[in-house]
Amino acid sequence: MTRKIPQIVCALFGVTLFVLYFSQHPSAKSLNLTILNEYFQIIFAFTLLVGVVSFVKINLKAVERGEDRPYRIVSLLGVFVMPLLALIWGIKGDAPFMWVFENIQVPMQATVFALLAFFVASASFRGFRARSVQATILLAAALIMLISRSSIGDMLTDEIPQFADWIRSYPSMSARRAILIGIGLGSLTTSLRVIVGIERTWLGGDK
Amino acid sequence: MVLSLAFFTFVPAVAWFDISKLPVLIFALISIIIVLYTTFYKKSREKFKVREIAGLKAVENAIGRATEMARPILYTPGWGGDIQRPTTIASLNILSHIAEKTARYNCDLIFPTHDPVIMSVAQEVVRESYARAGFIDRFKEDNISYVTSSQFGYAAAVEGLIIRLKPASIFLLGTFEAESLILAETGNIAGAIQIAGTDSTIQLSFFIVACDYTLIGEELFAASGYLSGDKSILASIRAQDILKIILFIFIIAAVIWASFDPAADWWLF
Repeated sequence: MTRKIPQIVCALFGVTLFVLYFSQHPSAKSLNLTILNEYFQIIFAFTLLVGVVSFVKINLKAVERGEDRPYRIVSLLGVFVMPLLALIWGIKGDAPFMWVFENIQVPMQATVFALLAFFVASASFRGFRARSVQATILLAAALIMLISRSSIGDMLTDEIPQFADWIRSYPSMSARRAILIGIGLGSLTTSLRVIVGIERTWLGGDK
Repeated sequence: MVLSLAFFTFVPAVAWFDISKLPVLIFALISIIIVLYTTFYKKSREKFKVREIAGLKAVENAIGRATEMARPILYTPGWGGDIQRPTTIASLNILSHIAEKTARYNCDLIFPTHDPVIMSVAQEVVRESYARAGFIDRFKEDNISYVTSSQFGYAAAVEGLIIRLKPASIFLLGTFEAESLILAETGNIAGAIQIAGTDSTIQLSFFIVACDYTLIGEELFAASGYLSGDKSILASIRAQDILKIILFIFIIAAVIWASFDPAADWWLF
């Protein structure tokens, strides 16, 4: 029974959302939005509580054991201090919450994002080695793309940017679309397997 | 939150069925019929063989490596998806098989995620897998944890876990965005064997460069059938192939039609 009820609910909502997709009627649109936004928000709110409790529990245990103590304390401070600041002074204008957000959280996120530039360089260095014919073609295509997207490309000749656009629009795009068709069909069959009840791994197993 | 019945308001001016979506409905119905027919009728009559997928064949080796090195396995479904996404469901299916094996080999499985809903489902999936393997006592609920919903906060948290725990094997299977290369390169620096797969074609290129094995396109969705050998799931993969042939014929027909009549656009829907 613990498996049957979620399976029935899943099938019911799956079929309902499929049917609603084909309707423009305001009632159908409204029902669609209610399911996708409001119902999901309710589920999310409850599980967020579970997630935060689990986060606090795990970090407190680690602090007790002395594992990565400084990181854990900073994480816990973040979880407790930010909601407190928001509750006491609000989140508008020059409230302390916004100051912390703009001067601590945003720069930290930007720092992690900036790492991407270095990782792109190191991954490119490893990936673009002419070890085989295919790898050499990849290397040549990458070089053409790099040159065309920098100011040198336009200065050297008009043909290089044009050739780079051709690579993007034809060979690259056709490969992407082939992958996208596979993903689309894979998504469709996975969804059907879940709705019909063939795939029950998401319920914790019992295929 | 008001759970009103406002959506049942009577508005006679708008038709219930959106006629512009008729071609989508036709293709969807054809697909559903083929999938259901193949799954329920053909499965008892045919033997299905899935071609060898290097990334999935390497799963056993990756788990074995972690066991031999006495190091954990890190599995994460990426920041881009939520539980409604088929890719997340496909990822959880793979997680179930991997968890069953880590239970048998007594190897730690770490699962950090950005979504508390995914965390709750993953905890159930892993708990069931450990129970199925007969080692429920080895299940550690704290290993499946919610880190943060912020994209780069999540990336930093998983990166930190990789650097500190030095997992022997890393599985990056799900929907990834800009964090994909950050995680894959960090895993590479940590010396882990990495198996990745995503539905994002942009991130796929990063995974191909930075990971040892990459599941491309439908391979991620076929993994569940490949790993379990379940006939119903394998039959639905056969249905995917039939649909692919139909689409191929449709595209060829459209190309020929367009060559003779460049103004035609009946295939655009």
